[in-house]
Amino acid sequence: MSTKVQPITSQPSTTGKATTLTNEEILRYSRHLIMPEVGMEGQLKLKNAKVLLIGTGGLGAPLGLYLAAAGVGHLGLVDFDVVDFTNLQRQVTFGSDDVGKPKTAAAQARLSNLNPDIEIGAFETKLTSENALELFKNFDIIVDGTDNFPTRYLVNDACILLGKPNVYGSIFRFEGQVTVFGMPDGPCYRCLYPEPPPPGLVPSCAEGGVLGVLPGIVGSIQAMETIKLILGTGESLKGRLLLFDALAMKFRELKLRKNHNCPMCGDHPTITKLIDYYEFCGVRGEEAPGPDVQVPEITPRALKSRLDRGDDLFILDVREPHEFQICNLNGHLIPLGELPRRVHELDSSREIVAHCRSGKRSAEAVDFLRKAGFRKILNLKGGILAWSDEVDPSVPKY
Amino acid sequence: MSVKVIIPTPLRVYAGKADSTEVSARTVGEALGQLTSKFAELRKHLFTEDGKLRSFVNVYVNDEDIRYLSKENTPTKDGDTISIVPSIAGGIV
Repeated sequence: MSTKVQPITSQPSTTGKATTLTNEEILRYSRHLIMPEVGMEGQLKLKNAKVLLIGTGGLGAPLGLYLAAAGVGHLGLVDFDVVDFTNLQRQVTFGSDDVGKPKTAAAQARLSNLNPDIEIGAFETKLTSENALELFKNFDIIVDGTDNFPTRYLVNDACILLGKPNVYGSIFRFEGQVTVFGMPDGPCYRCLYPEPPPPGLVPSCAEGGVLGVLPGIVGSIQAMETIKLILGTGESLKGRLLLFDALAMKFRELKLRKNHNCPMCGDHPTITKLIDYYEFCGVRGEEAPGPDVQVPEITPRALKSRLDRGDDLFILDVREPHEFQICNLNGHLIPLGELPRRVHELDSSREIVAHCRSGKRSAEAVDFLRKAGFRKILNLKGGILAWSDEVDPSVPKY
Repeated sequence: MSVKVIIPTPLRVYAGKADSTEVSARTVGEALGQLTSKFAELRKHLFTEDGKLRSFVNVYVNDEDIRYLSKENTPTKDGDTISIVPSIAGGIV
């Protein structure tokens, strides 16, 4: 797969550092300059800093905005995706007329408007083991705003190999984690999590949803940590895992120790180059892994034909009540988590078609029921989303 | 010893949506055992088939990782908090 890396002009210039601020810059950053913690010296550090943002989505949005506003002189943006309508719920760098545009281009335009004085490089590419070291080497700090385990391990490893700090943030629904990896004597991501979860074992974000403002908060904390690293002020999150529970509005902190036996950053590292991260994470290079359990399926069109024919089919909906309210196929609702307790509500002599939003949870339900002895059970392939696409477009997608 | 176990968001669906629970235990191992007795579906998400804690799940007593204490034999006292911290990856999504 070819990866398109922008020509070298997008990389930060390697000519000498700035030693002065223009009058316009002094005015723009006056609220920084009047603080002794920043001052002219600090603002020049920001001007000369080179920060690479991996991901221009939920976390990348506040990151880009606040780092540009602060006057970070060279920002790089890495993302291969295009702006989707559903992104606007939380990716606040984008506007409605950006839908369909490459994210890096849209973000570059927005951030340039906010601060025309800084250099913003757009790398519209997937980050891979082939391009990561080359991309990272001209930047001082890497900020991880990605959304999948293979890339998180890739970013970590590339930062350790190059000796760059990695400002890490991650979210799930209404919880966030932030820390700084890759500092001298500090831990790395593998110290915290030596191995990734096998695919399908930890619920994915797409099935879980996210409070839009959550990455706004977590990404802003990442921006704060990045600025502190550049200024060399305050106490960084190196060695500390900040846990944020938005619903309880509680911040907690756990100690993160460097593992001296870590294969990546320990005293005797055994990993000395980038690996195949998809293989490491058990995803084998698939872009969109299919359902993790293989179960008998029925397509939406086939289901529609059978229903029209008058077949006696029992529709089991394993989504949550709030999803049922958005749209439904008039199925019998038993949320997946409750299925073990409520299996007595199902008649195994009837033919059952289980569905959820996209077909993943219902595949688990079918697998569970087959193991419980149900023989006449099928998974609706693609879920209610596929039903909307292929049978009835009046059913809203969400 | 009365110990609070905090259940992280991705696992709450397997614990009847509870965000924490109180157990009576003298060690971390006992506390996790009680937790998975109360919420049987949590077991496969926390432990492998041969009963080992999964490597992408970290457990802390107060703010210390049990891997740097005595692992599942780490003693617990009244009022301690056990945190289960699985890896999460969401960012762009």
